[in-house]
Amino acid sequence: MRLTCPLCGERDRREFYYYGAEDYLHRPGEGASLAEWDSYLHLRDNVAGVVRDLWYHEAGCAQWLVVTRNTVTHEISGVELVAERAK
Amino acid sequence: MPELIAKSALDGRSMNVGGVTLAEVQVGPITSIAVLPGGTKAVAKGLRPLGLSMPEPNSFHERKGARIVWTGREQAFLIGVDCPALEGAAVTDQSDGWTVLALSGPAAVDVLARLVPTDLRLGACPVGRALRTGVNHMNAVILRTGDYAFEIMVFRSMARTAWHELETATHMVAARAGVKI
Repeated sequence: MRLTCPLCGERDRREFYYYGAEDYLHRPGEGASLAEWDSYLHLRDNVAGVVRDLWYHEAGCAQWLVVTRNTVTHEISGVELVAERAK
Repeated sequence: MPELIAKSALDGRSMNVGGVTLAEVQVGPITSIAVLPGGTKAVAKGLRPLGLSMPEPNSFHERKGARIVWTGREQAFLIGVDCPALEGAAVTDQSDGWTVLALSGPAAVDVLARLVPTDLRLGACPVGRALRTGVNHMNAVILRTGDYAFEIMVFRSMARTAWHELETATHMVAARAGVKI
């Protein structure tokens, strides 16, 4: 498996660390209900198809990435910098 | 105040096996320049007297003994010269935090191929490239300084481990080529 880091280019899977679903980027705001926190922390869909994950380029540029990939075909259709998204 | 003597991690060690030379090199001051949001123009202005600019990702530039190396998003290392006063960036001295190893020879690329998960052949990694990648489990910055030459920057605390990995791989490559060592 290879990921194309927007900064470093195509790199081997060994350079990256998997964190979890993109949901971790959408932290509930102050005063959010317990149900929202429960959903944020624990509730995940187990999708056969396109998912968006957080990966960390730990042996490279040390950027957090959102990777769009297909769990059925293993196709990787997008890699974006989390830092650029926040702009 | 007592006069302190700077000592490198490996005491300038060097070796040559099978036409591959591995040596610790002294590169002088290393300064990290991390551009703050909105600081791009100010940093460009500050670097202009050196004839340098912030490098594109995966590259380094040299000018009159000064070198600037891309080390991450909005970040670079200025090496070999004292850093001028810079507005618009977080500037930190990293000089004693790094060890630099020079690896050269026609088979240097084969030595690194055993340790680095990135294609370092000349076609994929021409002279002037600076890659942040790994040497086995160590984080490293690898500079392509010549057709048959690399410089490998590792954390100073990893100097002896890096030396051991590269020395072992160099011996393996030499053995494979049937070179008497």
